[in-house]
Amino acid sequence: MKISDIKELLDAQVLCGEVYMYRDVFSACGSDMMSDVLAYVKDQAVLLSGLVNSQVVRTAEMMDMVCIVFVRSKQPTDEMIQLAKDYKMVMLSTEKRMYEACGILYSNGLVANGQKKA
Amino acid sequence: MSEFVNFHFDVDGDNFVSAGQASVKVKKNLREMGLDPDIIRRVSIAMYEGEINMVIHAGGGVADVNVYKDYIEIILDDHGPGIPNVELAMQEGYSTASDHVRSLGFGAGMGLSNMKRYTDDMQIDSTVGVGTKITMRVNME
Repeated sequence: MKISDIKELLDAQVLCGEVYMYRDVFSACGSDMMSDVLAYVKDQAVLLSGLVNSQVVRTAEMMDMVCIVFVRSKQPTDEMIQLAKDYKMVMLSTEKRMYEACGILYSNGLVANGQKKA
Repeated sequence: MSEFVNFHFDVDGDNFVSAGQASVKVKKNLREMGLDPDIIRRVSIAMYEGEINMVIHAGGGVADVNVYKDYIEIILDDHGPGIPNVELAMQEGYSTASDHVRSLGFGAGMGLSNMKRYTDDMQIDSTVGVGTKITMRVNME
């Protein structure tokens, strides 16, 4: 799946990183606890979160993620958007809630652990 | 050429927004040195967790990353309240963080165990009322 597909599937707004929209991504995770992302996530390229602070962007950078999707129409600060630009990430925002957004992406082939859906 | 390369940082304990800047800088520096991506990731995550802990619990401190030929050493030194029971603090899920910190996405009691998970060796030297020094090591191979 390409990041542009995520945008379409979630009817999301692009906040930054338009130039990277055609990157391929194979897995994702959803969490508001950055501690859990740091503990359990491995090789996921996309982070879905309803948490809005700079540590969301830094956590994603630490985990080599390339795209952050804010659910529930959450809007990051200008500082967060600038950080994402510095890290060459795509930032999206969708009206959908976490459960629905994750379900849509999962059912369209974006799985949890970089493994193909059965 | 010197025996090792050192990166030194003062970690600001008053600003949660800027927490993690040193870890991001270390990751960038290690990339520029051409080190293995998996090693870089492990060092960066361990340091990031430690840096966040310093800001949340200890009011900041100093961080040193020393890159040797065979390993990378991360030393985090603070003058915070210290850890009364290191064994308990190492347990996944144990946390003394405030609700405010949890609302910021941290304080799930994963920090120290994550640091241990991503490194090959971790030593904690802590004295209540004096501070905490954590030394971690990630082997190059």
